[in-house]
Amino acid sequence: MEDMSLTERAVTTDDIKITARNVQVHYGDTHAIKDVDVDILDKTVTAFIGPSGCGKSTFLRCLNRMNDTIDICRVEGDIKLDGEDIYDKRVDPVQLRAKVGMVFQKPNPFPKSIYDNVAYGPKIHGLTKNKAELDQVVEDSLRKAALWNEVKDRLHAPGTGLSGGQQQRLCIARAVATSPEVLLMDEPCSALDPIATAQVEELIDELRANFSVVIVTHSMQQAARVSQKTAFFHLGNLVEYDDTDKIFTNPSDSRTESYITGRIG
Amino acid sequence: MSDATQHGAGQPATRSLHHLDARTKRRNASEKRFKALGIGAIGIGLAFLVILLVTIVSNGATAFQQTFVEVPVYLDAAKLDKKGNRDPEDLKKATTFTYKPLIEKALLDAVEKSGATTDLAKAKDMKNLISASAASQVRDAVLADPSLIGTTVDFKILASSRVDSYLKGRVHRDEIAKDKNITVAQLDLVDQLRDAGIIHKGFNWAFIFGADASDSRAEQAGIGISMLGSFYMMLVVLVLALPIGVAASIYLEEFAPKNRFTDLIEVNISNLAAVPSIVFGILGLAVFIQFAHLPQSAPLVGGLVLTLMTLPTIIISTRAALKAVPPSIRDAALGVGASKMQSVFHHVLPLAMPGILTGTIIGLAQALGETAPLLLIGMVGYIATNSPDGFLDGFVSPNSAMPAQIYEWAKRADPAFYERAWGGIIILLIFLLGMNIIAIILRRKFERRW
Repeated sequence: MEDMSLTERAVTTDDIKITARNVQVHYGDTHAIKDVDVDILDKTVTAFIGPSGCGKSTFLRCLNRMNDTIDICRVEGDIKLDGEDIYDKRVDPVQLRAKVGMVFQKPNPFPKSIYDNVAYGPKIHGLTKNKAELDQVVEDSLRKAALWNEVKDRLHAPGTGLSGGQQQRLCIARAVATSPEVLLMDEPCSALDPIATAQVEELIDELRANFSVVIVTHSMQQAARVSQKTAFFHLGNLVEYDDTDKIFTNPSDSRTESYITGRIG
Repeated sequence: MSDATQHGAGQPATRSLHHLDARTKRRNASEKRFKALGIGAIGIGLAFLVILLVTIVSNGATAFQQTFVEVPVYLDAAKLDKKGNRDPEDLKKATTFTYKPLIEKALLDAVEKSGATTDLAKAKDMKNLISASAASQVRDAVLADPSLIGTTVDFKILASSRVDSYLKGRVHRDEIAKDKNITVAQLDLVDQLRDAGIIHKGFNWAFIFGADASDSRAEQAGIGISMLGSFYMMLVVLVLALPIGVAASIYLEEFAPKNRFTDLIEVNISNLAAVPSIVFGILGLAVFIQFAHLPQSAPLVGGLVLTLMTLPTIIISTRAALKAVPPSIRDAALGVGASKMQSVFHHVLPLAMPGILTGTIIGLAQALGETAPLLLIGMVGYIATNSPDGFLDGFVSPNSAMPAQIYEWAKRADPAFYERAWGGIIILLIFLLGMNIIAIILRRKFERRW
């Protein structure tokens, strides 16, 4: 845990953004998530850590109902965003996903121009009235994603032509363009080199000012660096959820301790 | 690991890299054998392709050449217009039988003028040299312009199929003893007329644009009208099979739940692709003609049958193209809040486009070359009509298709039909080649990296 500087910032809010209670996820016959209760705070970076296959990504994908696209996946329990059940029959997942954006493990820009990548979300949600507004949204989003200076001269070049780190920041820009309230990130740095990782991490910390960020990561150092709250998953259970400082310095569960010291994984 | 003990006692601890051991030698030898087999297989394939092309071209190239007779015909007013008033109605009463002797006489005059030495001294002797179509050609010219009557007009008329075949080397002197269509003396005359420039070869536009012709004037037969039939059928196939096939595949691939029912549909589509085409033909006969009472021999019905036949091909290739689009693109679209349909139409479909278009064009090419189902719905046989009266009429007026026309010609006896069958194959192959080139160009154009 060489660099703890980011985590030394105080948690700025105690407002609860997402409440999950008694969440169960089944993939066919596999019970992937068991009895998970968690409160995700607003304007906070929350990290999900745990060994591969522990269910952290699955749980993350429950938060914006991306699991709906998998036929055999069944989600039970209560997940509330600002007090509203997101699995209610009246909720259209399309509207939910505009509020809860997502960045994926592998950079996946659309094979379109940089501009079109960012403008796509605002366009389909009708967030802007005219071209000038849309241009502004695109610029703001690229600025938030710390990409504007690198691409402002080639907005109409293909997004797939950028480097891996730039592509991932483009995906972040695309996700923030719809003005979400929560940003889910599924191992956003696992395909990036250390320099690009550092850039994205810095970006995540900046995004905290506007969004509630939930990040799944395999790197404990990364969790320690960027997050204020950390949840440790193991075999589908939420073992421990607490302030990041506490998890990495004084975990209360022996399994957490074993994991962060490298004895299980 | 202590590797010295693992290798067993018999082997030396170190081996020279400059010396191949037996196992490596065997491995290299088997690789060489496999490569040789592969090259051999490709060689055999190429050899057959070359043989095929050489045969087709050597047999079919002559169909694009046709022998013509240039002859000035005196349009005798006393015979063609007995009343002398040039009334079109009266002119129509003079049938081709009136014109025939005029042309034969004109050719005899031309023979005498050219100084050819021959025993053939009667106009009737010229009959076998010229096409039976010549009389109607001259008559049509006269009906179009009655003022020609009484003058001498230069006509370029078709030579008979025997003369044409003789000059192309398909009919030989020693073979014609029992042939009542031509005599040795006439062939001698043909040789002299060719030297005199009265008989000469020219490019056979009528073969490419003309209609089929009966046995009595084989030299006039062309593939143009059946080409039109094929065109109408392809239009029907494209308009029906592409949207239905793409819509079905998108639904099955992107929206349909995966359950036993969709599995059953999937298996059946794969099976349909393997059903012999003649089965589709008999289905078309039963459903479209006997039940729905659509006209027989119509390109509309042929197109419907070929649509049924092409659909599985299009569905299978479209589904493969959709499957090949990386799921990360769908995730990305859903992640920014696109609906399922938006993610499909904005992102997945454009990426799958090259594959879909390639599959469609291959399906069309397959349909273009299909003969068997057409036999059952009456799209084969002698098509007497010329071009249909207008665009829409082309869908329902009786017609044939290129492969059916080729099949029809291959059945007939006259050597002119034989070369036309091969010539038709050349045209069909050019079309198929063209479609494949279009498929490649479209694939290149739409191909994008992600």
